[in-house]
Amino acid sequence: MKENVAMEKEEKKIYSPSEEKFIRHFSDNFDEISRHDFPEAKRMRQQAMETFRQSGFPDKTFERWRNTDPKGIFPKNMEIFDAEVPYEKKLSEIFVCEVHDFESRIISVLNGSYYQAGEEKITIDKNGVIVGSLAKAMQKYPQLVKKHLGRIMPQQDGFKNINTALAVDGVFIYVPDNIKVENTFQIINILNKPNLAVNIRNLVILGKNSHLQLLHCDDSVNRHGGLINKVNEVFLDENAELELYKLQNLNDKTTLLNQTAIDQSANSRLKINAFSLNGGMIRNEIFDLMNGENAWSDIHGLYLMDQKQHIDNQVNVFHNKPGCTSNQLFKGILDNEASGVFNGYIYVKRYAQQTNAFQKNSNILLTKTARIDTMPHLEIYADDVKCSHGASVGQLDEEAMFYLMQRGIPFTDARMLIMYAFTDVIIKEISIEPLRISIEDMVKRRLRGDLSICDRCVLHCSHPDQPVIFDIDMNKI
Amino acid sequence: MSDKKKDNHVLEEVTTGEYKYGFVTKIETDQAPKGLTEDTIRFISKKKNEPDWLLQFRLKAFRHWLTLEEPDWALLHHPPINYQDIIYYSAPKPKKELESLDEVDPELLDTFSKLGISLEEQKRLSGVAVDAVMDSVSVKTTFQETLAKHDIIFCSISEAVKNHPDLVKKYLGTVVPYTDNYFAALNSAVFSDGSFCYIPKGVRCPIELSTYFRINAANTGQFERTLLIADEGGYVSYLEGCTAPMRDENQLHAAIVEIITHDNAEIKYSTVQNWYPGDKEGKGGIYNFVTKRGLCKGRNSKISWTQVETGSAITWKYPSCVLLGDNSVGEFYSVAVTNNYQQADTGTKMIHLGKNTKSTIISKGISAGKSNNSYRGLVRVSKKADNARNYSQCDSLLLGNQCGAHTFPYIKTENETAIVEHEATTSKISDDQLFYCQQRGIDMEKAIGLIVNGYAKQVLNKLPMEFAVEAQKLLAITLEGSVG
Repeated sequence: MKENVAMEKEEKKIYSPSEEKFIRHFSDNFDEISRHDFPEAKRMRQQAMETFRQSGFPDKTFERWRNTDPKGIFPKNMEIFDAEVPYEKKLSEIFVCEVHDFESRIISVLNGSYYQAGEEKITIDKNGVIVGSLAKAMQKYPQLVKKHLGRIMPQQDGFKNINTALAVDGVFIYVPDNIKVENTFQIINILNKPNLAVNIRNLVILGKNSHLQLLHCDDSVNRHGGLINKVNEVFLDENAELELYKLQNLNDKTTLLNQTAIDQSANSRLKINAFSLNGGMIRNEIFDLMNGENAWSDIHGLYLMDQKQHIDNQVNVFHNKPGCTSNQLFKGILDNEASGVFNGYIYVKRYAQQTNAFQKNSNILLTKTARIDTMPHLEIYADDVKCSHGASVGQLDEEAMFYLMQRGIPFTDARMLIMYAFTDVIIKEISIEPLRISIEDMVKRRLRGDLSICDRCVLHCSHPDQPVIFDIDMNKI
Repeated sequence: MSDKKKDNHVLEEVTTGEYKYGFVTKIETDQAPKGLTEDTIRFISKKKNEPDWLLQFRLKAFRHWLTLEEPDWALLHHPPINYQDIIYYSAPKPKKELESLDEVDPELLDTFSKLGISLEEQKRLSGVAVDAVMDSVSVKTTFQETLAKHDIIFCSISEAVKNHPDLVKKYLGTVVPYTDNYFAALNSAVFSDGSFCYIPKGVRCPIELSTYFRINAANTGQFERTLLIADEGGYVSYLEGCTAPMRDENQLHAAIVEIITHDNAEIKYSTVQNWYPGDKEGKGGIYNFVTKRGLCKGRNSKISWTQVETGSAITWKYPSCVLLGDNSVGEFYSVAVTNNYQQADTGTKMIHLGKNTKSTIISKGISAGKSNNSYRGLVRVSKKADNARNYSQCDSLLLGNQCGAHTFPYIKTENETAIVEHEATTSKISDDQLFYCQQRGIDMEKAIGLIVNGYAKQVLNKLPMEFAVEAQKLLAITLEGSVG
């Protein structure tokens, strides 16, 4: 009987065209999608798709999506892309990194596929540090992957389910116990074809007492729309330390869903600095699960949005064990018709005593048409805690402006100076010197409006393949 | 060791503390049959001799209610409410028209004196006009003469429907339309009685208006409807206080309060709510789902909400201000205390629509026992609300490691000239403060009382004198020494 009811319900569920597309893609290409899988992973995909069939994509009636309409995020003529991208030319020919003089080990993902020459798709160095494609890791190190893949992401919604069901590749990093990785790893994720929808799955595992610096860049090199649906799973074993920098500089038509879950063991330390400089729609979902005592985390973010861009930061910190400390600080400047959402959430479990949790979100609106929705939420079930949160929305300090202008600094410079000072608190947290200088420079250019102008510029400095077309408006001559 | 013993003793004392105001008054009631149908609504309307337009209003609301589902977004857990198992109308049988206090039912007078609000005493000493609502119908109204001198209308809403139909028709449902939410639709369909107050142009009400609600008779949902209007330049301070008798079954309470202020008018609305919170096992208690909203319609108008919430098993209440007039001001001061298995999800909404509008939110939550206390608030600055200013502060105090304190602010800003600030902290009573007090010979229980009272002072100070005393007493009863 019950089955019948469920069947009926399922029949009644009406899918949107995009939902249908994903479901059809899954059933038509299942063998292709699961070509690298071990049996458990296969089952996981099927389960995720089953859940998706029932729930579909979230809509605005979902509490977590009430300020970001998921409807408009699918590119027109969307092509669900999960094929392997053959290695043809060097990455530097496709993409010029904005961060200069920066020594790092570059790991690149092109259109959702790990981009490297065949034999280098997965490497292991003398310390046992494994870096490579997740698809390859599934074949070469199935035990390691099995233990961690799909274990921690809470709040499975339609997008995460689709990722679990369809993601074929991504980055796999494993740092064994007691290893401190000297080089910074830099993941560069690029889309260079129009209208792609790609699902990327990254898995990062840090052993006991290990240390890693990771820079995660999302860039686009053309002006076409696209959808990147990414799930990152990060495991920090006891006393491990991860510094994670996210740099998001995409074109105005691309949507990035960046969903990160971090499992923190005892005494582990996590530092996230997320810089969202451009992007049609960026949604950063962070789930910091403090599952060990005395874990510590700093989650900072800076977003500078203009035009019709939309940024949505969902930061969830779960204090599941006593003695943990978390700091959230997000700052943003919104210009033109840009809109922003900050949803900070601190959850303190019963008996998670001696918790310190802080949360702050500050925003500057520059125009009448910019808007911000901020929701700093607390849910606390333990009494020996210190939790505080704050949010503010305002404009540039008039007194400070007056002070500067009185001393002969022109209006535009004074404005720049104050905006820059506002962002500086986050930028100075970057411990990698060249990266800090570059980001500082990018933020300055961004504040002057240079970066987004670059997007509209006809010269395509970063993409020499594209033809240079000058539109001449004859009416104006 | 001895400290711990003392704590346990104190804890026990508090958790076993009986609800002081739990008693049942035996008065014959005139009841509607159980359940909710269009017939029930016609019955209520007929009983109250209502004009047809009001019956139609109720029916429209009822039909809309049928299409709605009970909201589940609040952080509240309760067994499903059977709306067909509730008596929607119950009124003390009127004996005859009353000339003086002597003619009031002696049992009723006794009830009031048990509550500490003897009408006689109030009448003679405090100068507060009391419109006592016993279950659903107003029984006795005092100080009508004083009010009449200023042309102030202060009566039950059923009387207002009879005597001032134009005013009621003009304002009823304009701030909280029946389509607003599930409980507002329910109330609009079945509201039994409540208070109506109209302050004419340029009149400052010389006395503080007050009404006491009491939920009596088992299984009676009480659905008050309050409508306050201050015309241009008017001012009134209105007090609402509640106590309810001890009952095992949950009682549903869904009220609507609508406030309208015109140009330069001001209304202060203060509440002390101490309904039966259920016993220490979480059994029984009032379910309180209230929609309270004020509309600052005119320029320079002001609405101020002050609430002390100590009772009810479940509180779902968001007194709001819609700041429509330019330069209007909205204020919200709240102390919410929960103990045992009580659950409160309360807060406010400040909707800035006019230019230069200001709002202040001060919310103090205190949770003890196994209770959960949430602040949920919205501050919205719309596109046209230039120079809007908001300051919010929501603090939570946790007493004991079994309770929860939650904060869910929503801030939506669409105007670049807005300045919106929100601050919140959650902590337990500081050991340093306790140590300081105890070191100076103040015992644990008193020290906690002192600290909690100091913590809530900012809000309690906003209450009118008579209420402030009662509120402090309530805080003491609910919390006295409930932590170690």
